[in-house]
Amino acid sequence: MRVFKYVGKNIRRTPYQALAATMIMFLTFLTLQLFLLIAIGSQQILQHYESKPQVIAFFKDSTTQNDVEAIKRALGETGRVKELNYVTKEDALKIYREFNSSDPILLELVTSSMLPASLEVSTTSLADLSYIGDILSKEPVVQEVAFPKDLVQNVLAATALIRWVGGILVCFLIVFSVLIILMIIGFKIRIKRNEIEIMRLLGASTWFVRAPFLWEGMTYALIGATAAWISSYALIWYFTPFLQRYLYEIDVLPVSPVIMLELLGIALLSAIIIGFIGSFSAVRRYLK
Amino acid sequence: MATPVIKFESVSKKYGNTPAISDINLEIEAGEFVFLVGPSGAGKSTILRLIAKEYAPSSGKITVFDKDIAKIKSGQLPFYRRKLGFVFQDFKLLDDRTVFENVAIAMEVRGHGDEQIVKEVEKILKLFEIWPKRNLFPSQLSGGEAQRTAIARSIIGKPDVLLADEPTGDLDPQTSWGVIQLLNEINSWGTTVVMATHNVEIVNTLKRRVVSVRDGKIIKDKKEGRYEIH
Repeated sequence: MRVFKYVGKNIRRTPYQALAATMIMFLTFLTLQLFLLIAIGSQQILQHYESKPQVIAFFKDSTTQNDVEAIKRALGETGRVKELNYVTKEDALKIYREFNSSDPILLELVTSSMLPASLEVSTTSLADLSYIGDILSKEPVVQEVAFPKDLVQNVLAATALIRWVGGILVCFLIVFSVLIILMIIGFKIRIKRNEIEIMRLLGASTWFVRAPFLWEGMTYALIGATAAWISSYALIWYFTPFLQRYLYEIDVLPVSPVIMLELLGIALLSAIIIGFIGSFSAVRRYLK
Repeated sequence: MATPVIKFESVSKKYGNTPAISDINLEIEAGEFVFLVGPSGAGKSTILRLIAKEYAPSSGKITVFDKDIAKIKSGQLPFYRRKLGFVFQDFKLLDDRTVFENVAIAMEVRGHGDEQIVKEVEKILKLFEIWPKRNLFPSQLSGGEAQRTAIARSIIGKPDVLLADEPTGDLDPQTSWGVIQLLNEINSWGTTVVMATHNVEIVNTLKRRVVSVRDGKIIKDKKEGRYEIH
């Protein structure tokens, strides 16, 4: 296609402007993609805490199986329990060993007698958490109730904050990117004014003159978006082992390739829109 | 009398409050070679620019190819201009393109394919004896070579009318004659040539139609005229 030959020539003729535009696009799309990944991740963390056992009652050593069964029955009768899971001292030791398999010193120090048996209770909705937590804490055989309500609220607050901050930052960068493309394409139109005038006298159609500028703006955005996607994928891949240490029980990492491909699709579509708006505004303003 | 290919009817043009041409009436027939002569600022270039529809007249009517060009919409303007060829005093070549590319662009804007472009450009560059210079940039050409390139570009699309604005203005006398011979040859193929010039010798030697313009008005119009502006 002849238009791409012109675009290539335009870019080669002003490499520093092309580099500046592409870097701004890269920054915008890197921020956009990282915030999207964080938003997706935090949403999954939230879903995890909403769907997994949310109240854990740790029993005293003297607790009998009959006590546990009685508590299970009482909770079942409330109609607010989704799932009940009794974890014996031996099960607790197994879980502990799984998590600390790489540290033999920790494994040697702990025995099943040191770990309490527990009852994991998941509710159908977050609103039922307090109610179930109150019932459990009143039981005399219950030593402690771990109540991740605060954690959920913290994750919710963090997710909202990430969305707001990310949204505002991305909006700002998108506007900035559009303006940068407008400025660079506008500048190029100005320095090529003579050439454009000649082309028009030769009978060039409006789109013959405009198309290379429109494609140029979109090219910067597409290159920036693709580079940002590759970088964000590389960052995620690099930090996955580190993050997995903290998120071992949540099925977030490694990020699914499907999600990454969807992210690429979103980035490329956004790039086309941003590049088009920037260059079209320049063309409308400077190519009358 | 044949239908004129270009017709000015009481055409005036003002730039702001300054009149450039006033009440011009002019008819040019197909296949004619017409010199527009006159001192600087007489209005010669304005007449050419009005034909090219670079500007709209302040009043009057311009008909080209039997069509009132005021009625040509912006979307149709490129198609209208493809029937015209332009040659300028300063050549107006694209500095960052080679001779070949400068000529090829006239076909590219018309949407021709690469194969045809290569064939046609080669043909015309050989005809104008600038084929050996095809890979040079305008800054590497002499004035005559640059103007031959510009003329090649202007006629490669086979225009019906060639508008030349002082095409010999920046050239030495010998080179100027070479350019004039080219324009004469193009005219012999049937292309109407309208040339604005200061060059007395060329006008008087060629003995073609001469339209003399002064202070924005046509003061003389002779079939086999001479350079007269008084």
